[in-house]
Amino acid sequence: MSNAVLSASDVEVGQELPPRLIHISRASLVQYAGASLDRNRIHWDERFAKSVGLPDVIAQGMFTMGTAINVVSDWVGDAGRVVEYGTRFTTPVVVPYEIGADVEVTAVVTALDAGTKRATVELKATCGTDKVLGRAVAVVVLD
Amino acid sequence: MAVNTGFTGRTYPPTAPYSVGRAKIREFAEAVGANDGVHIDQLLARARGYRDVIASPTFAILIAQQCDRQLIEDPEAGIDFSRVVHGEQRFIHHRPITAGDEIIGVLTVDSVKQVGGHAMVTTRSELSTNEGEPVCTATSTLVIRGGE
Repeated sequence: MSNAVLSASDVEVGQELPPRLIHISRASLVQYAGASLDRNRIHWDERFAKSVGLPDVIAQGMFTMGTAINVVSDWVGDAGRVVEYGTRFTTPVVVPYEIGADVEVTAVVTALDAGTKRATVELKATCGTDKVLGRAVAVVVLD
Repeated sequence: MAVNTGFTGRTYPPTAPYSVGRAKIREFAEAVGANDGVHIDQLLARARGYRDVIASPTFAILIAQQCDRQLIEDPEAGIDFSRVVHGEQRFIHHRPITAGDEIIGVLTVDSVKQVGGHAMVTTRSELSTNEGEPVCTATSTLVIRGGE
């Protein structure tokens, strides 16, 4: 069955999850602003963002956080198995009008508890040379 | 106005219930590119043992921010929202947020610190159903930038 949840016996510490490149456009930010009710203008209004000292429009940290975890949800096979997820927002993702931004997400298993079948996954999200999420860690319950 | 460090430990009254709807779960999942069918397909969600479609892992921010608003809008807290930057976020899911849930949140201010010219406020929102079943613990660190 294609929706099967990953088994703990198929996971080991050091295992890398399939990485993903996330393209962020202004449209992505407006869509997230609507869905999340985060109406801060720095996420869609270039003139306003620059007036408060930002280089350009920046992505919502929660957008990057919410998008990055798909790497883990898809790997484990059920989003409901993500029982813990936390991160620091280290560097804002600047999203220029013309080209948008690309965030690369990688993840690796850093711990596995065979008893509880809980795996700890550390995520890295980078935009160019900037680390955009810091200490991003998720815990999933495997089958 | 300075951020009130005396707010550490303060707990606010429970929020009004947030009704978790299927359409909002879907809208949020689409906005973050969460393609797991469990967010949109009730039959699939039930086959996996859930009562109905479930929210993606960061959906709880919608309810946590409703909790945080109590602090931000509290005039005694001294928080200028235009200077707030999201520093850190964490969720512990006791079980997935599910369509049909009525969720109330209880906000506690875990710490208020002055760091350099900035203030750092860490809040914890305990989200539970109307019946008291724990659903999610959401912890947010807000950085309030100091004046120039």
